[in-house]
Amino acid sequence: MGRLRLATIWLGGCSGCHMSFLDLDEWLFELAQHIDLVYSPLADVKEYPERVDVALVEGAVANEDHLHLIRQVRERTRVLVAFGDCAVTGNVTALRNPLGAPEALLHTIYVERVGTAGCMPHAPGILPPLIDRVQPVHKIVPVDVYLPGCPPPAPRIRALLEQIIAGGEIRLTGREMIKFG
Amino acid sequence: MAARTFTINDQLISAREGETILQAAREHGIFIPTLCYLDGVSAVGACRLCLVEIEGSRVLRPACVTPVVEEMVVRTDTGRLREYRRMIVELLFAERNHVCAVCVANGHCELQDLAIAVGMDHVRFDYAFPRCDVDISHPLFGIDHNRCVLCTRCVRVCDEVEGVHTWDVAGRGADARVITDMRQPWGEARSCTSCGKCVLACPTGAIFRRGATVGEMERDRNKIAYIVAAREQRW
Ligand code: SF4
Ligand code: SF4
Ligand code: SF4
Ligand code: FES
Repeated sequence: MGRLRLATIWLGGCSGCHMSFLDLDEWLFELAQHIDLVYSPLADVKEYPERVDVALVEGAVANEDHLHLIRQVRERTRVLVAFGDCAVTGNVTALRNPLGAPEALLHTIYVERVGTAGCMPHAPGILPPLIDRVQPVHKIVPVDVYLPGCPPPAPRIRALLEQIIAGGEIRLTGREMIKFG
Repeated sequence: MAARTFTINDQLISAREGETILQAAREHGIFIPTLCYLDGVSAVGACRLCLVEIEGSRVLRPACVTPVVEEMVVRTDTGRLREYRRMIVELLFAERNHVCAVCVANGHCELQDLAIAVGMDHVRFDYAFPRCDVDISHPLFGIDHNRCVLCTRCVRVCDEVEGVHTWDVAGRGADARVITDMRQPWGEARSCTSCGKCVLACPTGAIFRRGATVGEMERDRNKIAYIVAAREQRW
C-alpha cells in the first residue's frame, strides 16, 4: 500500500484527543513513514482535501460549522474514525443537552449568572450558531470505526493506526481498546 | 439434598436441588453477565442481562431466577443472546446520562464493565438526554439519577438486609426514579440509618459517598453477601 492520506479533525471537543495523539511521542516518526498528514489542527491547511484515506474525528457535533465540516469529511474520506468519547457518545460536550435549547442556556450563562454586565455572545460569521442538541458523529454521518476513551490513551490510538496501516479488518475489543471514560 | 445434572454449553454440570442456572454456572466458572443480581439479596430478574437459551423452550429465561431442572440443556453464549445483551446495555446507556469521564465510578462500574464484555464500542439508539436530579441532601451520601439503571439493588438491600426500606421506585417508564421515603430528599428521609449498605450495593456511580471525585468511588459489593452470611451463622 502507498502512503495513507491521514486527516485529523477537531469538532466539539477539548483537544484532549489530539493531545493524546501527540503522546504517541517517538512513534510519530514511525507513523510519518506511512502517512501524509493532509488536514489537521496541527497543520495549516484551510480546505478539507479530496481523497482522504483515514480521518480521526475528535469531538461531538455541536454547531453549524461542525455540521458543514463533518459532511464534507464524510464525502471525501474512505475510513472515518469517531475518535474519543465526545465523537462516540457526545460525552462532556453533550452535558448541555438535558438543560434545553441553547438560546435559553446561553442566556442563563452569559446574562443571568454574571449580573448586569453580561450580554449574549453574538458575532455572525465568527461564532457559529449552536445546534439544538449536541450529537455523536454517527447520528449525523455514517462512521466506520469507533475509538472510545476520554481521551483514548496513546497505546490505544497506536493499536488502531497499526491495524489501519496493516490494511486488514479492524477489530477493537476488550478493556484496553473500548473502555469509555 | 438431591443433585441435578444438566448441561451448559455442552458441558455436563451437577447442581444442588433448588439452585438457579446462574449459581450453578458461576460455581463452574461459566460467565453469564448480570446487573440486577447481587449476592446476599433476593433475585428479581429485572435487567434481563442474564438471559439464556433452554432447549425446548421458545422463550429466553433469566438465569438468575430460573432453577435448574434435571437434564436441562442450556446455552449461555449464542449469537442471538450476544446481540440482545448488547442491545440491553446500549439501551441502559441511552436512557440516562452516562459520562464516564466525569463519573465517580469510572473504572469501578459494573455497567462500564458490561459494555466492555458485550463489545459495545458505540450506542446505536438515540440518546434520551433526560433531565435528572442529583440529591446531596444526605450528610454522607449522594444519589445521581443520571447514572441510575433502576436495578433496585438499593431498594432490596435496604429492605432485606438493613430492614428499613428507605428506598423504593416511583413513576413509570422513562419517569421511573428510585426515591427515599415518601419522595423526600434523602437527607430528610427519617427512616435512613445511614448504614451505607445501598452505597455498597449500587453497581454504577448513582449512589456515592460524598466527597468522592472522578473514579474514586470504589466499593466492595461482596460485603453484602458477607454481612448476610455472618448473620446467618450467628442466628
Ligand atoms: S455509572 Fe458507570 S457507565 Fe455510567 S457514567 Fe458512571 S462509570 Fe460510566
Ligand atoms: S444508608 Fe442504609 S438505611 Fe439508609 S438508605 Fe442506604 S441502605 Fe437504607
Ligand atoms: S441507585 Fe444504584 S442500586 Fe439503586 S436502582 Fe439505581 S443503579 Fe440500582
Ligand atoms: S441478573 Fe438476571 S435479570 Fe438481572
